[in-house]
Amino acid sequence: MFTKVKEFIKKSQLKSPWLVHFDCGSCNGCDIETLACLTPMYDVERFGIVNVGNPKHADVLIVTGTVNHRNKHVLKNIYDQMPDPKIIIAAGACGLSGGIFREAYNVVGGIDKVIPVDVYVPGCPVKPEALIDGVIEGLGKLAELQKKTAA
Amino acid sequence: MIWPFVLALLGMLAAPFIGGFISGVDRKLTARFQSRKGPSIFQAFYDVAKLFGKETVISHRLQPLCIYIYLASAALSVGLFFAQSDLLLIFFIQAAGAVFLVIGAYLVPSPYSQIGANRELFQILAYEPLVIIVIAGISLVTGSFKISDVYAYETPLLMKLPLLFIVLGYALTIKLKKSPFDISGSHHAHQEIVKGVYTEYSGSLLALIEIAHFYETVLILGLCSLFWSTGVIGFALLLFLTYLLEIIVDNISARLTFRWMLGSVLITGVTLSSINLIWLYAA
Repeated sequence: MFTKVKEFIKKSQLKSPWLVHFDCGSCNGCDIETLACLTPMYDVERFGIVNVGNPKHADVLIVTGTVNHRNKHVLKNIYDQMPDPKIIIAAGACGLSGGIFREAYNVVGGIDKVIPVDVYVPGCPVKPEALIDGVIEGLGKLAELQKKTAA
Repeated sequence: MIWPFVLALLGMLAAPFIGGFISGVDRKLTARFQSRKGPSIFQAFYDVAKLFGKETVISHRLQPLCIYIYLASAALSVGLFFAQSDLLLIFFIQAAGAVFLVIGAYLVPSPYSQIGANRELFQILAYEPLVIIVIAGISLVTGSFKISDVYAYETPLLMKLPLLFIVLGYALTIKLKKSPFDISGSHHAHQEIVKGVYTEYSGSLLALIEIAHFYETVLILGLCSLFWSTGVIGFALLLFLTYLLEIIVDNISARLTFRWMLGSVLITGVTLSSINLIWLYAA
């Protein structure tokens, strides 16, 4: 019976991913597209995804923007505050590698230089459909991780 | 002699499932009103289970104790309600628990938590007088504070105390933290001061808070059920329409300030109840 409860918890981890979204120096294009996913047109709440604004409540961190030397500490702080298990999604060209701004003096150049990233979603700005795909892919990674820890 | 204990236990075991199901239906209906599909009606259970599987991160070592007390008082008040005990006792037990939620949030020096706790105190200050007035009104009409006597009353209380039911509706909206009263931290997608009074909780503690919220939902709907205790159809219809109205009000209103909440709700609540009771006893 205990295993049934554990199975239910594992299944629920995939059915209820709560988001926190952080803009790490983005032009806001990707942020607008991310928030567009919550609108009736794309409606990610049907997958159980809720935009809780609190890293302590969230499972998935979506980061947009190139990281710069000022906000890399904030990004690390938010990552540290999130309880395990968590998935980090880098959204948009700037988040992947710094985009067109990567040569600038203040740009760190990509989120994975500060925190470990699980899913990379390209685009400038990222399409809402691509982002939703990215979250589902992140959930797939979580499922694999669950299988590995169970085995 | 043993029967009330059995009822209380059954109530305490069933209420989280009832409350979770109501919460799921709430989110589904809200989504439909917003032209979306919305989550599954069992989503609340997935959320609670997922939270139990997360790491619990706390900032102060007494936070778990506060949440255990909050959950225990919410569960106990529902158990007592199912055992058809005294209304005032039920009210004071759930009030004591609600204060522990505030204490738990005050323990952490985070500004969101502090402001959230402050605002939660204002919300408690707003709904508690209303519920006391409603309970006093019920006892004036039925002559007793015990739920068993209220349920045994011949005519539906809604006929004699309609304005008091509206006052209870205000208290329900504030207690469930639905707009325009989601001031201290509301459910799920609403944010103001991050998550207000719930900010510094995570993992299993947050799951326990969700379960306590299910218990509170069942308790408040139970209080609403006192107003039509003479027939099953009227009972069910009243609860369904009340909760539907809550969801509609939630969707059509925006969050307002705590000053407005205190001023308007207390004045409206006292005025409506005075009118009802004066009409009943003086006219």
